[in-house]
Amino acid sequence: MTQLALVIDLNVCVGCQACVTSCKEWNTSGEAGPMGDQNPYGADPTGTFFNRVQTFEVGEFPNTETVHFPKSCLHCEDPPCVPVCPTGASYKRKEDGIVLVDYDKCIGCKYCSWACPYGARELDEQQRVMKKCTLCVDRIYDMTMAEADRKPSCVKACPTSARLFGDVHDPESAVSIAIRESGGYALMPEWGTHPANHYLPRRKTRIKIHEDELERADNPLKVDRQLPKPAMSEPTLDDVTTW
Amino acid sequence: MHPAFSVIFLTTLIGAAQGLFLALFTAQSYAAFKLLPQPDAHAFYGQGSLLALVLLVAGLAASFFHLGHPERAWRAAAKWRTSWLSREVIVLPAFMGVVFLYGLAHWLDWHPVLMTLPGGLPVDPSAILGVAGTVLAFALFVCTAMIYACLKFLAEWHSPLTVINYILLGGASGFTLAAAFAAATAPELVGFLAGWAAIITLLGLLSRGASLIRNARLKPKSTLQTAIGIKHPKIVQKTQGFMGGSFNTREFFHGRPVAVLRGVKWFFILGVFLVPLPLLLAGMQGGVALLAGAFAMQYLGLLAERWYFFAQANHPQNLYYQSIA
Repeated sequence: MTQLALVIDLNVCVGCQACVTSCKEWNTSGEAGPMGDQNPYGADPTGTFFNRVQTFEVGEFPNTETVHFPKSCLHCEDPPCVPVCPTGASYKRKEDGIVLVDYDKCIGCKYCSWACPYGARELDEQQRVMKKCTLCVDRIYDMTMAEADRKPSCVKACPTSARLFGDVHDPESAVSIAIRESGGYALMPEWGTHPANHYLPRRKTRIKIHEDELERADNPLKVDRQLPKPAMSEPTLDDVTTW
Repeated sequence: MHPAFSVIFLTTLIGAAQGLFLALFTAQSYAAFKLLPQPDAHAFYGQGSLLALVLLVAGLAASFFHLGHPERAWRAAAKWRTSWLSREVIVLPAFMGVVFLYGLAHWLDWHPVLMTLPGGLPVDPSAILGVAGTVLAFALFVCTAMIYACLKFLAEWHSPLTVINYILLGGASGFTLAAAFAAATAPELVGFLAGWAAIITLLGLLSRGASLIRNARLKPKSTLQTAIGIKHPKIVQKTQGFMGGSFNTREFFHGRPVAVLRGVKWFFILGVFLVPLPLLLAGMQGGVALLAGAFAMQYLGLLAERWYFFAQANHPQNLYYQSIA
């Protein structure tokens, strides 16, 4: 069974909000209707968003890490929002595991939002229905698009490739490999919702350069060295050759 | 959670109506066994059912204000297999129908003997409708309460006490209303109904008190650490990603200072339990004003109780919305 999901690499997310705006841009333009904004240019603007980037500071000054944390629907494998829906407007697709809302069936009772521990659902004040990330379901299967574009809008927008998209049930997919090999984890595992989306933790990247990697250790007499050593002001090989 | 007045009115109004119907049929059953004098069926059961029906309709009307698309409300009956809300949507009209027919049977004095129980007790349609209504009233209490009690990560609600509270508090207000109503229409039943109202109110005080004590000791299962999956003990949110409000900041926060919550708590402890109890005991001898006052006080208290019920519930999603910028 396919379970499409996002894997978000917190190690490279820079908190630029490109995924937030590209998500809004794509999803407000679709045939499902706009993601309404209220008072957009006023003092207290508000509106519907499927995706947000939050920022957390971990640790105590001066030893702190700034973590940018993109947050959207996690497309849980056991979504608590689906069984509580009285109309069946909330459903999880069998074929690809995407959790969707049928805007024509939703009565706007907000019960599903109470049943989501992650706060992934928002009531659109304009359409009066519950909305959430669709994994760009109107994009990823659109055969009129080039294959490279058949990805969620946020994934396409990310300048640091912090967002991976794929089938987490396929052990050979890039997302599965990333989860397996880079310590991917799920949010709030205590509720047994089994989110399909995973996060990759921050990692320390260190390079150790040994002395003999700079000087040839296998040539102690340095017989091939140009003698006398050219001055710093002289042109280097890079300057005089085209390789 | 942000308390929604539509839901507060829905749950308190239909709770009182269910309790009132249970009180009516309890009185009818006692009277059938000659344990109570037979009241004027027209006035007491007929008009009493009408009163219950009015409360149910008012509650149902209030519930529509909770919906984004009230015109699609009929769809909510679809998923009764999995959703307690859907079950409530089915049981509520069914109960309303039975209350209507029960009242009608009494109103029209339609009492043909359908069968006779072993003790020689005649069974008429109102008895059968009464039993059906009783089953549905309890089913409705369970459905309403389970809407909240089934949400496992709202720890304040996820407890059998929620169901017990809904039954006892609805029952208490309904019996109090029945006692006040009987003081006007069937004075011979006042002592019985006011007595039971006092007993149920006292039981409600015990169970609601138990849930207050339980909720005060709850330790949230989710923390900022599990919410973002970073194990460091010291994590501070620097921004929630936007500066204006969103659905997440409006729906899940009550936005009132702790002092207000504490005030509402003591108001409902007084209003639902401590003030009506002596009024009910004093009203057992009759006295419309005393009993009507007891009901008014108790209903007002129940509005506060339901407000507190919602406000006290701490949703784990709030962990993600601690700091604007």
